Amino acid sequence: MLNQHLPILLVVVPLLAAPVIVLLRHSLPSWLMATVASIATLAIALQLHQQVVSEGVISYAIGNWPPPLGIEYRVDAANAFVAVIVALIGVFVMPYCRRGVAPEVRAEEHYLFYAMLMLCLSGLLGILLTGDAFNLFVFLEISSLATYVLIAMGRDRRALVASYQYLLMGTVGATLYVIGIGLLYLQTGTLNLADMALRLPTMGDPRATLAALAFITVGISLKIALFPLHLWLPNAYAYSPSAVSAFLAATATKVSIYVLMRYFFTIFGETVVFDARHTGVILLALSLAAMFIPAVVAIFQTDVKRLLAYSSVSQIGYITLGISLHSVGGLTAALAHLFNHALTKGGMFLVLGGVVLRLGGSALDRMAGLGRTMPIAAFAFVIGGLSLIGIPGTAGFVSKWYLVTAAMEEGQWWLAGAVMLSSMLAVIYVWRFVEMAYFRDPPEGHPPPGEAPLSLLLPALLMIAACVWFGLDASWSGGMARLAAEALAGGWK
Amino acid sequence: MSGSMALAGIIVTPLLGMVLVSLSGRRPNLREGVTLATAVALFGQVLGLYAAVADGARPELQLLPMLPEVSLQLTAEPLGMLFGLIASGLWIISSIYSIGYMRGNDEGHQTRFFVCFAGAIFAAQGIAFAGNMLTLFLFYETMTLITYPLVTHHGTDHAKKSARIYLGVLMGTSIVLLLTGMLATWVLAGTLDFREGGILAGRVGATGTAVLMALYMFGIGKAALMPFHRWLPAAMVAPTPVSALLHAVAVVKAGVFSVVKVVVYVFGADNLMSLGSADWVPLIAGFTIVAASIVALRADNLKRRLAYSTVSQLSYVTLAATLLAPISIVGAAMHIAAHAVGKITLFFAAGSIYTAAHKTEVSQLDGIGRRMPWTMVAFAIGALSMIGLPPAVGFISKWYILSAAMDTGHWIAVAVLVVSTLLNAGYFLPVVWRAFFREPAPAEHHDGGHGHDDHHHEHGEAPWPMVLAQTVTASLTIILFIYHEPVLKLARAVAGGE
Repeated sequence: MLNQHLPILLVVVPLLAAPVIVLLRHSLPSWLMATVASIATLAIALQLHQQVVSEGVISYAIGNWPPPLGIEYRVDAANAFVAVIVALIGVFVMPYCRRGVAPEVRAEEHYLFYAMLMLCLSGLLGILLTGDAFNLFVFLEISSLATYVLIAMGRDRRALVASYQYLLMGTVGATLYVIGIGLLYLQTGTLNLADMALRLPTMGDPRATLAALAFITVGISLKIALFPLHLWLPNAYAYSPSAVSAFLAATATKVSIYVLMRYFFTIFGETVVFDARHTGVILLALSLAAMFIPAVVAIFQTDVKRLLAYSSVSQIGYITLGISLHSVGGLTAALAHLFNHALTKGGMFLVLGGVVLRLGGSALDRMAGLGRTMPIAAFAFVIGGLSLIGIPGTAGFVSKWYLVTAAMEEGQWWLAGAVMLSSMLAVIYVWRFVEMAYFRDPPEGHPPPGEAPLSLLLPALLMIAACVWFGLDASWSGGMARLAAEALAGGWK
Repeated sequence: MSGSMALAGIIVTPLLGMVLVSLSGRRPNLREGVTLATAVALFGQVLGLYAAVADGARPELQLLPMLPEVSLQLTAEPLGMLFGLIASGLWIISSIYSIGYMRGNDEGHQTRFFVCFAGAIFAAQGIAFAGNMLTLFLFYETMTLITYPLVTHHGTDHAKKSARIYLGVLMGTSIVLLLTGMLATWVLAGTLDFREGGILAGRVGATGTAVLMALYMFGIGKAALMPFHRWLPAAMVAPTPVSALLHAVAVVKAGVFSVVKVVVYVFGADNLMSLGSADWVPLIAGFTIVAASIVALRADNLKRRLAYSTVSQLSYVTLAATLLAPISIVGAAMHIAAHAVGKITLFFAAGSIYTAAHKTEVSQLDGIGRRMPWTMVAFAIGALSMIGLPPAVGFISKWYILSAAMDTGHWIAVAVLVVSTLLNAGYFLPVVWRAFFREPAPAEHHDGGHGHDDHHHEHGEAPWPMVLAQTVTASLTIILFIYHEPVLKLARAVAGGE
């Protein structure tokens, strides 16, 4: 009975949690509510994923209005997989918030923080599950508006500027997206994505389709922070509260990447996107630029949060590189990295959050001697860094394996070299932290900070441990990424 | 069944050792006891596998399914058996030595030192018994990372800079070249298993094989083929026991071991021979042998001289493996063992000299043999083995390599071997001669420029654990000359029965 309503429950549970939290008002009950909701979300996401994997595509008609007219939620192995990632990160971040948020957000605003986080989660899951182009836009705005508020809650006043920056660019992105679906609606007369996918091939290949493709691609790329549309990202990650940095880094851009994949492979189809246009080449060029330029910029950062942010832009390049290969192998690589990078970067931001709590800032200089003063955090951060590099035994290696083999299978041997060289840049920016933490003396005059409280450390360590686990045993993550890739490439049948 | 249990034990024992050592960090005697017990237990387990493997059994153990397509897997085969025995056996001896050295020199962070040491041995066992290339690569990278804190042990700026070179070269080559080579192998061959006759035979043309060969040969940076050898001299900044066991045995042998393994089980010697894709490797290896020897000849710092000697000796193995004759592969496998016992003896001696006399340069060693006879006799035996003279085991392996070079008519290799023997004699014999036949320099003659100002009190031998360790390895160098049948049996099995 309940099982058939899982798709809508996944979105509604966090959506309803938000107003309840506003009514609860106090910090502790709000947090409890948010935690319970996020755990429930994960349970639903896992169950849904299980169902999709065993039974195939699920179509859910909202309010029982049949699909082409009513809004449809359509779940397959691809969006269910990304939904599991998002829900999983939510569960990791929630217990962290209790102590992590206290010094960063004023106590009377805590309930707002949790409400926004729930709205953001709900919006992201809605984007994933919906089968309706306009509904997708609505959820995009829900998650984005919530995100702007969350970023602005950072304790630094620069958070306001960062939030405003993201607001401007995010709005431009969303507007472009709406123009794109407007054009598609004009041609096909439908907003249902599956329906659209069926009708588009019969339209021939008019210029309006090309325009729609361009608008949607650029609009979504802004949300992805695909180089060179990434300018909002470093500030947003650097000045927002630590828990928000971790949550956004692991989920927001990933969900947008899923949207891009869905439009490329399911709606427009590979022929329109890759064979008839040079989209693949453009995406490849931008991905390569992303793999190198932001990685070099990361090397010169003096703030660890910004370093991680630029590293994210660089790692997004790996994911879009996988997309640009337009093969099942490439998509598998992209989806596997979606998962692996979410764990890695989320875990690293959580570890960093604990460090910032103790040190009062995230400047690289402050990390001097961290190996001695906060040995566990420093070590966990290094493990995360190894995963960014792609050392075997960490999740990052699995992504690299898929990405390079996919490139080789497409005959693009030289890309292997590009990926490897870009990992060497990661070695450099990770090692800047290592040398600071282990070869400098802790600053004089301050009492040694000591490890972060357990409620911060534990979720962070669990995520880093997951990063190692999925590096040693990728049978689940790799297998599910492949299923998701096949689902995307195979269309929504 | 029992074979796979033994493999599990071999992997778990050093890991357990790491945990126990770090837990007993506050009680040094207990901690060192744990290290020794772990080392002995590990060696016992590896030795327990010997008989079965020598008789042709190939026990296997499936570990985690790292990727849906390729699992982590351990397999005991003769070459790995040989490397596993060397690494675990010499770990016992060097643990005894380390205890003397670390305490004798009042080194800091001793717990971290012993934990990482056990970690390095864990990685070495993983490399030795890796059942496919992916597993080997995993442990190979683990070894690079876990030895990094050992290289930076002193935490000085010099150590930091050297460690940058160490990590930069080892990680750069392994990620950019070796990983690319491995992934290409996967795409082309569809498997990463080590199989007799190789997995690439018949799947890749001559040019492709040559490119892959280059990716592997230069990608295995631990084999220190020029121009990727700089990490090894840089690693000498580490405490001497690290240089002795890791940078003369475990790490560098992991490199040449991987070279032999890749040549025999990935490419297949016959395949390479018929394609001619490896013909260029002996030339590079030969160049490395001669060039590194010339650098060693000019080095005054004793550890630096030994390091370049190692670079040169490692290329003997690469040269022998890529001559591709069965007898040369026997020589390569033998030389892994022969160089290990000889070079560890030399490093032990260098560390003893540093501990007892605080001397680091060759030019300071005049007459030291009279005060430290045990040390310098051990050094002399090690030196004989490096040169390749009886009664040291280096003679045996060199003999095999030389006859392989002659058999295959590879006259360049023959010339390289002859020239390098002369060069080896040129940089080792003067040290021995100085130590025994020159008068000690008057104390005030030294200007104290090397950070050992007022240490010219009368010194004798190094602490007894160190003397004991170097005596044992020096004796092994001679014993293996006389009784090398067990090693030869494994080496022959690698080369395909013969």
